[in-house]
Amino acid sequence: MSDSTADQVLTTQDGKPLKASLAKALRREKLRALALIAPLLIFVLITFVAPIADMLFRSVENGIVADTLPRTVIALQDWDPTSGEAPDEAVFAALHGDMVVAVEAKKHTRLGSRLNYEQSGISSLFRKTGRRIKKMDDATPFKEQFIKADKKWADAEIWQTLKRFSPRYTDGYFLNSVDAHRTSDGIELKPADERIYMLLFGRTLFLSIMITVSCLLLGYPIAFLLAALPLRSSNLLMILVLLPFWTSLLVRTSAWKVLLQQQGVINDFLVWIGLVADADRLVMINNQTGTIIAMTHILLPFMILPLYSVMKTISPTYVRAAKSLGANDWIAFWRVYFPQSVPGIGAGAVLVFILSIGYYITPELVGGTSGIFISNRIAYHISSSLNWGLAAALGTMLLAAVMVLFVVYDRIVGIDNVKLG
Amino acid sequence: MKLKTLVLAGSAMAFVGTAALAADMTIVSWGGAYSASQNNAYHKPYMEKNAGVNIINDESSAEAVAKLRAMNEAGNITWDLVDVVASDAIRLCDEGLAMEIDPATDLAAAPDGTSAADDFGDLLVSECFIPQIVYSTTFGYRSDVAEWGGKEPADICAVFDTETFPGKRSLEKRPINNVEWALLCDGVPKDEVYSVLETEEGLDRALAKLATIKDDVIWWSAGAETPQLLADKEVVIGSTYNGRLFALIEEQKQPVKMLWDAQVFDLDGWIIPAGLPADRLAQVKDYVKFATDTQRLADQAKYISYGPARKSSAPLVGKHADLGIDMAPHMPTDPNNAKNTFLYNYEWWADYRDDIDAKFQAWLAK
Repeated sequence: MSDSTADQVLTTQDGKPLKASLAKALRREKLRALALIAPLLIFVLITFVAPIADMLFRSVENGIVADTLPRTVIALQDWDPTSGEAPDEAVFAALHGDMVVAVEAKKHTRLGSRLNYEQSGISSLFRKTGRRIKKMDDATPFKEQFIKADKKWADAEIWQTLKRFSPRYTDGYFLNSVDAHRTSDGIELKPADERIYMLLFGRTLFLSIMITVSCLLLGYPIAFLLAALPLRSSNLLMILVLLPFWTSLLVRTSAWKVLLQQQGVINDFLVWIGLVADADRLVMINNQTGTIIAMTHILLPFMILPLYSVMKTISPTYVRAAKSLGANDWIAFWRVYFPQSVPGIGAGAVLVFILSIGYYITPELVGGTSGIFISNRIAYHISSSLNWGLAAALGTMLLAAVMVLFVVYDRIVGIDNVKLG
Repeated sequence: MKLKTLVLAGSAMAFVGTAALAADMTIVSWGGAYSASQNNAYHKPYMEKNAGVNIINDESSAEAVAKLRAMNEAGNITWDLVDVVASDAIRLCDEGLAMEIDPATDLAAAPDGTSAADDFGDLLVSECFIPQIVYSTTFGYRSDVAEWGGKEPADICAVFDTETFPGKRSLEKRPINNVEWALLCDGVPKDEVYSVLETEEGLDRALAKLATIKDDVIWWSAGAETPQLLADKEVVIGSTYNGRLFALIEEQKQPVKMLWDAQVFDLDGWIIPAGLPADRLAQVKDYVKFATDTQRLADQAKYISYGPARKSSAPLVGKHADLGIDMAPHMPTDPNNAKNTFLYNYEWWADYRDDIDAKFQAWLAK
C-alpha cells in the first residue's frame, strides 16, 4: 500500500518530487525579489525604522536610577514608602557607596536632572551632595552626614520618588503625557493648574481639522478650474499654485505677520476705508486665527495637487451625459462629478491633516499662546528641557492618535478610495 | 641636491597640509551680530597669530544642548567649542556633556597678575563654564506714544501699569524673569523673590500679577521679535536682550529708549564638549586661553553692547568700531544703568524650571 502511494508522487525529470522542486523554484524567486529590494529595505530600516523605534523606547526606558545607584535600589526594597520617614542607616550606607562611584564617573548630576523631572529640587540635592561626598568619613553614621550635607535627605518624599523610579522601565512619562502622575494613592490626575498636554492634544486635532477643511474649501475650486481650463492657461495657474513652494517657509510665515498684525497691511487698509475704528483694530495673529490662516496657505498645494490629478482623469463626457439626460448644473456636479473626485479629496485631506498635526515652526511664530500645537511642547522637551523621555512619550501618543484616525478613516471612507492620480 | 630639496619641500608641504587640515576648529555660536563680534574680536586675531588654524563657524547655539547630547550618545563629537548661556552650561555640566576646566591653568591671568579665578569672580557659575559677556534682559519702550501724555516709564512696574501706560507689551514666552518681575511689582522685596516663588502660593501670586496684563501681552520666543514689534509700533514696551535694543536705538535710530530698572543679568560663555581627542583638546584650550584674556574680552565690546565678564576688561572698553560712540554707557554693567539690577539665580532655576515651566505653560494656554 505504501509503495503504491510513493509511486503516485509526481516527480520531475531528475526524479525529485514535483512539489519540492516547485517550492524550491518559488523560494529562489522570492529570494531574488528580496535581494532586489534589499538595499532599499536596509536603508529604510536603518534610517527610518530603527531611529523611531529607539525614540519610542526612550518613553519607557529608565535604567539610569538602577545603573547609578545599584546598591541603594536593592537596599530600598525593604523600606516602606508609606512610613513617612526616611530609611535607616543601611540604605544611607549603600547610597554613600553608590555616590562615591557615581561622583568619580560624574554620573550623579545626570541622575539628579533625571529625577528633577519628577520632583523639583533633586537636581541641586545631588549636585550639592556630590560636592560633599569626599569629605564624608566612616566614623559617624552616614545618615547623619547626608542630612547634614542637605536636610532634604531626611525628607521621605525624596526617597519615595527614588523608589518609585528605581525600576528599569517606567510608565511615568506616559502618565505625564496625559496629565497624570503616580502618587502614594495610585494614579491621579495632576492638579488643574498643571494640566496642559491633553489640552494641547485636543487643540492640535481641532486646529488640524480646521486647517484641512479650509484647505479643502479653498483648494477644491482651484483644482476644478485647473482641470477644466485648456492646457496653456492651466499651466500658468499651476505655476502660481506651486510658487509658494519655492519660497522659504520662514519668509512666508513672516509675510503673514506683516499682513495680519494690528499695525499691519490689512488692518491699515480696513481703518483707511473706515470699516474698522483705529482704536479697535482686529487681532488676527498670535492666536488660533493666525495659525489657521498661515498654515492653510502653506499646506494648500498639498490639497490642490492630488485633487487636480484626480480631477484630470474624470472624463467630461460623464457630466455631459448627465446634462443631456436632464440634470441641471448642480445635480450634474453633485451626483456625477463630485463622487468621482472623492478619492482626490481623501488623498489631499489625509496629506494635509498628517502634515499639519506635526507642524511646529509656523504655530510657534504666529500662534501666540492659543494657537500652538503639541509639537511645540515636544520640541521644547527635546531641545530645551532635555526631557527626552517625555518628548518620546508625547511623540508616541501623537503617532498613536494619527494611526487611530487612519483606521477610522479606512473604516468610513476606505483606504482604497484614496488616489494621487 | 636640488631634487632632494624639492622632495623634502614637497613632503614638508604635504605635512603642513595635513597639519592645517587637522587644525580645523569648529566653534559654535549664536550667529548674527553676536557671532560677528566674536569673529572680529577673537577669531581673526587668533588666526593671524596661528596661520595653520582654520576656524569654522557653526550657528547652532540655540540647539546646542540637544545636539551635544545626541553627539555624545553617538560617540562622535564634531564641535570643538560651544557658546552657551550660563544655565545651559550648568545643565551640560550636570549631564556630563561639558568638560570641567581649571581657571588656574586653562585661563589667562589678568595683565596685573590677578588670577583668572579672581578676575572672573562670581561669574564662574559652573565648573565647566568660561564666561565671556554679561548681558541683561531688560525693557525698551517707545518714546512717542501719544496716549501716555508725555509720561515715560521710570521703573519696571510701569510694565504692569496699563492705566498710565496703555498699549501692548511683549514678554518672553517662558517663566524665567517674568515671574520675578511680577513678584517685585507685587511688593515682594528683592532678596525674598526666590523663597516666595518656591511656594505654590508664591507662584500663584506671580501668575495672578501677570494675569492683570495677560490680554495686553504678545509673547516672544526669539530675541529679534521685540525690536521688530517696537519698530512696527505693535507694542509700546517690551523685554529683550540689551544688545538688541542697542542696535534698534543706535543703529536703526528708532524712537525707543532703554528702561534699565530691574534688568536681569545673565551670562554667556564657552563650554568645551566632553570627550574631545587630545590633539583637538590642546588646540581648543590654546584658543580659549587667548580668546578669553583681558584684551580680547574688552575688544568684543567694540562690536556689541555686552559687558566683558572680566573685571580687568572694563577699563579697556572703548568706542564702537563703526558708530564711533562710547560703548561704556551702553553696557548693562555701567554704574548708571546698574542702579537697580536683579541677579538671576541659576541654581534655583535648575531645580524649579521644569515644574514652574509646566505651570506657566498651562497658565498661558488657558
